Amino acid sequence: MEAARHGNMKTKISFFIMGFGNMAYHQWIKGLLFLLVEIAFIAFMVLFGGHCLAMLPGLGDTAQGEVWNEAKGIYEYTAGDDSLLILLYGIATIFIIIGFWIIWCGTVKSAYKAQVMYEDGKKLPTFKEDVADLFDKKMHYTLLTLPVIGIIIFTVLPLVFMISMAFTNYSVIGNHLVLFDWVGFRNFGDVLNFGSEIGSQFWAVLAWTLTWAICATFSNYILGMILALIINRKDTKGKTFWRFCFILSIAVPQFVSLLIMRQMLNEQGAINTLLMNWGWISSPLPFWTNATWARVTVIVINCWLGIPYTILQVTGILESIPGDLYEAAKIDGANAVTTFFKITLPYMLFVTTPYLITQFTGNVNNFNVIYLLSRGDPTQVGHTAGDTDLLVTWLYKLTIDRNLYNTGAVIGIFTFIVLAIVSLVTYRTSGSYKNEEGFM
Amino acid sequence: MANKVINPESYALKRKIVNILVYILLTVLAVIWVMPLVWIALQSFRAGRGAYVASLFPSSYTIDNYVALFQDTNNLNFPRAFMNTFIVAVFSCIISVFFTLSVSFCFSRLRFKWRTRYMNLFMILGLFPGFMAMLATYFILKALGLTQGDLIKVALVLVYSASTGMGFTISKGFFDTIPKALDEAAYVDGATRWQVFTKITIPLSKPILVYTALQAFMAPWIDFVFAKVICGANQAQYTVALTMWNMLEREYIDTWFVRFAAAAVLVSIPISIMFIKMQGFYTNGMGGAVKG
Repeated sequence: MEAARHGNMKTKISFFIMGFGNMAYHQWIKGLLFLLVEIAFIAFMVLFGGHCLAMLPGLGDTAQGEVWNEAKGIYEYTAGDDSLLILLYGIATIFIIIGFWIIWCGTVKSAYKAQVMYEDGKKLPTFKEDVADLFDKKMHYTLLTLPVIGIIIFTVLPLVFMISMAFTNYSVIGNHLVLFDWVGFRNFGDVLNFGSEIGSQFWAVLAWTLTWAICATFSNYILGMILALIINRKDTKGKTFWRFCFILSIAVPQFVSLLIMRQMLNEQGAINTLLMNWGWISSPLPFWTNATWARVTVIVINCWLGIPYTILQVTGILESIPGDLYEAAKIDGANAVTTFFKITLPYMLFVTTPYLITQFTGNVNNFNVIYLLSRGDPTQVGHTAGDTDLLVTWLYKLTIDRNLYNTGAVIGIFTFIVLAIVSLVTYRTSGSYKNEEGFM
Repeated sequence: MANKVINPESYALKRKIVNILVYILLTVLAVIWVMPLVWIALQSFRAGRGAYVASLFPSSYTIDNYVALFQDTNNLNFPRAFMNTFIVAVFSCIISVFFTLSVSFCFSRLRFKWRTRYMNLFMILGLFPGFMAMLATYFILKALGLTQGDLIKVALVLVYSASTGMGFTISKGFFDTIPKALDEAAYVDGATRWQVFTKITIPLSKPILVYTALQAFMAPWIDFVFAKVICGANQAQYTVALTMWNMLEREYIDTWFVRFAAAAVLVSIPISIMFIKMQGFYTNGMGGAVKG
């Protein structure tokens, strides 16, 4: 650190009293703000944080006590430890410490910068100028702060919390729902082991999840793009009308249309009743009771749901393709097919690779479609996972219905690993990553 | 090889056949897409009760289902659920649009230290299944004291909007196609980055703005897993999705199925209206901006 080596006394004091350096150079408001942060942090650690950290390694062992109170003639309960809360508060404290450390680095840098500027005889920025800078050169601080805080509290913190659960014995097995302990990698072994009850199902569910995600993503993308191109053709009349027909289904909340579909395809639902009344089939089609039927059905229904989104997405981009590209191609004598392969498709792939990845991950995590349509059924006797269960719906069943929190967390981690590998590989080889400004 | 010589007549004929085939295809597909919606709309006007029907068209029509939906609020209170969801949707929509556009603009237009690292990090985080952390989120909200009474609405808004900054990929891809020359011209004229963001990028990005707003607005109407975990048994805070899910539960489905259909129609109407208005943004989109 530059500041440690070259800083003068005022800067060095800032290591301990945040904002001192800035105040020494008459940046009063800035310095005071830094000092306030430090005081708040110390107060938090003394009153609350220290205790939370100390409890984290053991996760608490005091069970809730029951004491007979003679005078009142009732049982009185003494407060016991709740391992879950200890874990949560402990992790939150670690986050706060990291956050404080980042701010601390920032203040030291700021103090050092003030010193250097002072020594060079430059005029130090006033508080007003600092604020103005936040809307110009340093605008990324202003724009990113709130979204990042949101992400940290509602995504990162819960994730770390869940991941740490994978290393505990927090489950209904052995009655560890209030008090639990760290168990290391044992849960991971159970899930990966072909022989164990959970393990044998894990591989089957993983295979189906990948099949589903690939089928669902590409059927939507390809069919949707073809449809959008057909509607966008010069010769097709009533573009707005056709688009409206398809997009209408988005306007209906997805969960409503899913429940309707489930109703319609039931054994006594509208489709089966109608087909039987017309004499086309003699017994109800097993949409939700036969594994293969159920799997094909969810993919087809997903097309019904997803293609309008692709049309919506693709139409906007098709229209944003610079018109002069087409004009130039026309002058050079290119026909429609060449134009499509040389201009439309590369442009589409360039802009929509991130979209494709989002779709793929969305499908791996597509809880709603599976859970509301088939509920993961049909389920074989003795299994916790049904034949159409994705990793995520299985995870949900394991945690909410069966209270196997640790196994659920392990499956969540594996889901993530699968997704991370697939997406990073695709994203890094895609045009929009390698040549970000290719179309600017 | 007679095809090589293209005379105008056979060309016109070929075009006609292709057009007819296209219209037939579009009609068939449009029917498939619209059919379930028509069916549920018809069901909402069906007189009588019960969930299972023997024919496509109801034998008699009535508007009682709609009346009952709003008057019979003893077991399931639909009007209240509608208001709850609407409030949550409006606020989370505003926050989400702001977050998504801010993050996209930073990553597309500003150059700063660790930019690509942040982008990769956001991407990776987005891969975790959202509700894998659902229980954890619930405990955090509980620790913040947001799981009681009206504060549940705040909790829901936070859950739907707080992490939307990670969904920057699509709008960033869009921002990337806006010519950089526009920004540079503005900087030469002495504009700050904030002015470029609000006066150039956002006005040129209506299609993606609409797309983001639409997605954010719809999240609370669609989601029910998060809402269920956060609301718990607190029926006064139930969103539309939860209330409608309840309508199809075994004890209610017989009376409530036709009302469920009515509710489905009512929920779809405001969203459809928004949609038709938003269509305009897509048809002309931002063609003009890029052509420059």
